[in-house]
Amino acid sequence: MEKLGKQTIKFNNPPTITECASIVGPKESQGPLCKYFDQTLDDEFWGEKTWEKAESKIIKETVNTVISKSGVPSEKIDCCFAGDLLNQCISSSFGLRELSIPFFGVFGACSTFVESMSLSAIAVESFAEHALCATSSHFCSAEKQFRFPLELGNQRPPSAQWTVTGSGAAIISKTGQGPYITSITPGKIVDMGIKDANNMGAAMAPAFADTLITHFLDTGRNPSYYDAIISRRFRSCWKRNCY
Amino acid sequence: MNPIETKQTYQEYVEKKSPNSPILKNCFNAFWVGGLICTIGQIIMNICKERGFDQNLSGTIVSIILIGLSAFLTGLNLFNKIGKFAGAGSLIPITGFANSIVSPAMEYKSEGYVMGVGGKMFTVAGPVLVFGISASIIVGIVYLIFNTQSMTLV
Repeated sequence: MEKLGKQTIKFNNPPTITECASIVGPKESQGPLCKYFDQTLDDEFWGEKTWEKAESKIIKETVNTVISKSGVPSEKIDCCFAGDLLNQCISSSFGLRELSIPFFGVFGACSTFVESMSLSAIAVESFAEHALCATSSHFCSAEKQFRFPLELGNQRPPSAQWTVTGSGAAIISKTGQGPYITSITPGKIVDMGIKDANNMGAAMAPAFADTLITHFLDTGRNPSYYDAIISRRFRSCWKRNCY
Repeated sequence: MNPIETKQTYQEYVEKKSPNSPILKNCFNAFWVGGLICTIGQIIMNICKERGFDQNLSGTIVSIILIGLSAFLTGLNLFNKIGKFAGAGSLIPITGFANSIVSPAMEYKSEGYVMGVGGKMFTVAGPVLVFGISASIIVGIVYLIFNTQSMTLV
């Protein structure tokens, strides 16, 4: 593990993404990625009494799925990095309490999953054999915590975004067949003064651009080196692209 | 395109690129749905008057029926669909106020009846109540001062 350029960390023994799993809610299951999810739910409550409990169940089942798919027993997993959008990361901490794996709570809002994977990769490079990373969000519980009640008859502006109902989990291992995490570039906070809480895409886009450019400069690559550049949470009603 | 250097230029860029709300369509829908709600209120009012209630009592009955109806539709998960379509048309009449109290009550029921429903019921309508009541107190004080003066002057 060494530092490259300004912000990038390069791994000498690139960690492998051994296995991943995801469970999503009803709206996501109607999308074009539907067939790639391990499980799709028809009911936002998934048989639970509250949305928070449902979210906990989603992350718990996702983690169980990834563990059973990977064949790595949970005792062999040295630590887990997980987080969600709710106060005190309650979905992850209640969802993962039965796992008995050392737990690091991560809160990065939209970046939680990438942050967990980055930290897992660093952990695997230093002390761990296998690390688990997971995250979850739930449209209803997020709306309840951050915005208005669902039954409130208000209008959303066209730039408003929709929080995903679902969870993703991955196991990062020291050795394996790949795909590998060769380097990570943690981004800076870039605040361009967007005050509209309904336009998070515009608030996040500058930081995304900044991180991307820093990554290219640090690694000496250019965009054509990559097959795909994927950014999280630009899922919105925006039809035109910002960049 | 010129590079975006300052916060100001970025905000202008976002402003330009963000899709605008369809104002004409929204206004039209708000106008006819709001008008429809008011017409329903007037019909109830006329019926009440027909039955021999006076102006004040009829007005109260109209409010009660519209609030009850809006709370009921909120409970059926229908009012938010009307609100999404009509915007201010369903928000400004008393129906919107009922919705803004019933919807948090439903949302926070999962946190218990006292701290959930009781404590969070006015999260949306709270500011309206605080500033509405404050404004009425200020107007009352102003009225009191000027009214007494005019009385002493007379």
